[in-house]
Amino acid sequence: MVSHTVPDTTPETGSETSAPIAMFRGRPITELPHDLYIPPDALEVILEAFEGPLDLLLYLIRRHNLDILDIPIAEVTEQYMAYIDLLQGLRLDLAAEYLAMAAVLAEIKSRMLLPRPAAGAEPEADPRAELIRRLQEYERYKDAAAGIDALPRLEREVHPVMVAFPDRQVRRPEPVVGLAALGRAYVEVLLAAERYVHHHITREPLSVRERMVLVLGRLAEAPYTAFTQLFTVDEGRRGVVVAFLAILELLRESLIEVVQSEPQGPIYVKAAA
Amino acid sequence: MSPEEIKPIIEAALMVAGEPLGVDRLAALFGEDDGIHAEVEQALATLREDYAERGIELREVAQGFRFQTRPGLAPWLNRLWEEKPPRYSHALLETLAIIAYRQPVTRGDIEDLRGVVLGTGMLKTLLEREWIRVVGHREVPGRPAVYATTPKFLDYFNLRTLSELPPLPETLPIEAPEEVAPSAPAAAQGEMELPDVVVGEVAEG
Repeated sequence: MVSHTVPDTTPETGSETSAPIAMFRGRPITELPHDLYIPPDALEVILEAFEGPLDLLLYLIRRHNLDILDIPIAEVTEQYMAYIDLLQGLRLDLAAEYLAMAAVLAEIKSRMLLPRPAAGAEPEADPRAELIRRLQEYERYKDAAAGIDALPRLEREVHPVMVAFPDRQVRRPEPVVGLAALGRAYVEVLLAAERYVHHHITREPLSVRERMVLVLGRLAEAPYTAFTQLFTVDEGRRGVVVAFLAILELLRESLIEVVQSEPQGPIYVKAAA
Repeated sequence: MSPEEIKPIIEAALMVAGEPLGVDRLAALFGEDDGIHAEVEQALATLREDYAERGIELREVAQGFRFQTRPGLAPWLNRLWEEKPPRYSHALLETLAIIAYRQPVTRGDIEDLRGVVLGTGMLKTLLEREWIRVVGHREVPGRPAVYATTPKFLDYFNLRTLSELPPLPETLPIEAPEEVAPSAPAAAQGEMELPDVVVGEVAEG
């Protein structure tokens, strides 16, 4: 915090040479109060305020209402150097461009001091011309940047209108699971488990191979046997199934033949020839 | 399809698309009919009038048409969000301005103009935002990359073409400054340093 009261100095006095380094309550502060502690990092803020030596020079010229086309080079150089000295006294790693510009200013200043060539000789170009051209060119783009910044833009003046299209964002609502539903699900699992027990296939006590031998024996006794007679109904469902599987297996192995004399007529089984 | 049928489809498409839609993409919604382009353009013109008095406007930017809030409403609308709108540094805006008005330019061109070395990440930031892109390399030693702005840059700044950028301020001639005063404002309005070729090329891609 700036607690030190700085006397009001008006820029019109003309005698002041150092650039204001800050504004305090609307008044420019041109020199640092002696008892003011400035943390080293804070000075980056001062330097950051200028986008380089051209920006700083432009500031000095505009600040003092100087004509950019007829820069009083001695005055500007003095102010520029005062600023650089201030920064260098407090911050060591001043950007090299600032120092390079100081050299340019010093060179122009010295050339301005040289006597003009006598009339009739080739008129020498204004040593300031190149600097003025650069300053003007820089100022154009500095203004252009402000122009772009002032354009209405997204995220600030303009927001695109978006309507959500729900079908494209598939979001299925999670079903609410009640206790009753949970109970029903549990009962279903229990029923399924029971069915599983009932339908569990245990090892067949009557082997198909065994029955195949039996069938062949029957056919050896009676070569022409009715299909139905190969089954023993009192063996139950399982016995019937095993007998049928045995007949099919024998057929596949071409050991028996199944014949039918007429459509819908009785089926007979006989041993293969 | 009749214009009455086309208009609501275009209106809805622009709202749900999530990005600006050009006439070609809008026409593609209606198949291959001859003359559909003209009908789409007619519908867009009618829509623009329909929204003339609303808080939303139909605006054409580089990549097509989009519905957007009216710029004048921003002071109220921005209260909807806690974050402030993003601000961009002078350095970034100056760099962007030089690329926009002088494209195609190299990093060296930008540094010459600004009189400072570009901070690390400056161009990277602009590239990442897709406001600029590398459009080639200059055939000089080092083959530096040449940068130009993108349609996305124009979209962001609410522009249709580069020619809609504010005119680049004219400089006063160094010689004979006393003659400039009366004629300068007129000259400053008309001229802009943007070759038409560059404008067309950038708007296309």
